[in-house]
Amino acid sequence: MSTHAATTTSGVSGRPPSAATLTWIHLKYQFLETVRVPIAVLGNLLFPALAMFFFVVPQKEVAGDPVAATTAVASLGLFAICSASLFTYGLGVAEDRALPFDPFLRSLPAGPAPRMIARILNGGIFSLFGLVPLILIGWLLTAASVTWPQLLAGVGTVLLVSVPFVLLGIAIGYSLSAKAALPVVQVILFPLAFAGGLFLPPFLFPPWLDAISMTTPTRAGRDLLVQALTGEPAYALAWVVLLGWTVVFAVLAVWAYRRDEGRRFR
Amino acid sequence: MPHGSLVSAQHVTRRFGEVVALDDVTLEVGAGELVGLLGPNGAGKSTLLSLVSGQRKPDSGVVRLFGGDPRDASSRLGLGLTPQETGLPATLKVREVVDFVGKHYANPVPTGELLEQFGLSDLAGRQTGAMSGGQKRRLAVALSLVGRPRVVLLDEPTTGLDVSARQALWTAIREYHAAGGTVLLTSHYLEEVQALAQRVVVIDQGVVKADDTLDAILRRVGLRRVVVRSTADLGADLPGVVRSERAADKDAGESGAWRYELFTADADELVRTLVTSGLPFHGLEIRGASLEEAFEQMVSHAATTDHDEAGSPTGATPSGAPDRQTSEEESAR
Repeated sequence: MSTHAATTTSGVSGRPPSAATLTWIHLKYQFLETVRVPIAVLGNLLFPALAMFFFVVPQKEVAGDPVAATTAVASLGLFAICSASLFTYGLGVAEDRALPFDPFLRSLPAGPAPRMIARILNGGIFSLFGLVPLILIGWLLTAASVTWPQLLAGVGTVLLVSVPFVLLGIAIGYSLSAKAALPVVQVILFPLAFAGGLFLPPFLFPPWLDAISMTTPTRAGRDLLVQALTGEPAYALAWVVLLGWTVVFAVLAVWAYRRDEGRRFR
Repeated sequence: MPHGSLVSAQHVTRRFGEVVALDDVTLEVGAGELVGLLGPNGAGKSTLLSLVSGQRKPDSGVVRLFGGDPRDASSRLGLGLTPQETGLPATLKVREVVDFVGKHYANPVPTGELLEQFGLSDLAGRQTGAMSGGQKRRLAVALSLVGRPRVVLLDEPTTGLDVSARQALWTAIREYHAAGGTVLLTSHYLEEVQALAQRVVVIDQGVVKADDTLDAILRRVGLRRVVVRSTADLGADLPGVVRSERAADKDAGESGAWRYELFTADADELVRTLVTSGLPFHGLEIRGASLEEAFEQMVSHAATTDHDEAGSPTGATPSGAPDRQTSEEESAR
């Protein structure tokens, strides 16, 4: 009654592929699948750049101040990443699940981990693509300025901060149909972005809203990102809040995946 | 569990909401067997395969694959199965899909070799979205074999293919089996099961109705339909009649004649008996009940029934719809 029975067969020699190999091939083919639909990639690139161009560049008092401009780039960058993660994963996973190829993938000899990790890494890659035009506009058209180490720290922070949002997206995608996932993502994304100070800087918030704001993953992510880019310190519990939400969303994502049996909602 | 069983289902029940897709199903498949799972649409065939491949959990009962839980990825290393042809990732190239699936296994067939074997070499660089239905089917079966599996599950492997494409796939399946592979295949085409399987499991409305050698099953479903009208009670004493249906003959008006539909393996003998019996009868028709028809009637009716409308299937299962739709119905609860 051993689960190793399958590996000791006559026709099979060699070792089953490692978790790293499986993750790599899932990453590679997920990337190829996405990148061959250019509009999906372009959408990711354009939206944050346009928002930057229309809402930040024209405001002289923001665009002209190095810290304010850098903070604006950080906030919009984070919003781009939250939105890309929630939409790509919330909607993308729900749509994938409706495809007849999905049950086939689930019955290949790989557990959920390689696929999920590959999705998270892919989310990071496309988020970075989305940041490139944003950074360029910030650099060329505003007073935003960072040193190279700050930029690297910022990119690293963005990738870390994107993890809970990707996990939340996955949890939504495996729980709901594509039709239901879309409004749910919108309902979650915009209040989170607002409360997290991605649209309005939190110093404008009344104290009660500021208190709520500090418990959101968006605010924690924003402040950590601003800290990495400008040196302005984040509030003390930011890492704890971010980590806490990451754990919660990871549990939700795994639970939703295990519960899902490739059901298709019509 | 009997020793040597590669696939085993013990008293497996699976419901989708109100619908009982599988009802206390027990099935063992040993090494080297080629088993055809035969049943009308919605019978539970695809559900059974989804349990064996670890996509779903049974509500009760135990499913084992190579002795392990099929929900564990490591239990599935020796398993191959076909994706539904419509589900291939449209933007990936044929070569890439084969590479991708093959890399999940310890010792995959080299991509070039597999494509050659299935006559897909010319299409290697084409995106799967640009393939024809027959090409997709071929790729689907190729994907089930890329990992050199010990067991393959083939769900309606040749549905919708023309004759030559079907023959080519059957050849590939036979070669795999001849090399020692174990095959569990579903079909609602008796012809397909007849061409490939040695053992046939007939499943209907979630219940195993028969599990026997191909010959034995064929004897049960190789029936002819004899329609005859008579004012007499032909009764149950006619030889060789496995099932009879009696209905008031609408054309006969007030005369009170009955219209009988009799199913028998030997229509000649039945007619001979009718003639020599001296019983009154008229309007004799003999038709070879197609194997499929006979089969479908076999699974969806009791052995002998009295019907107002003879011949109309009363089974709860829809027929004629593609099986894919059935699994969606099941899935959507």
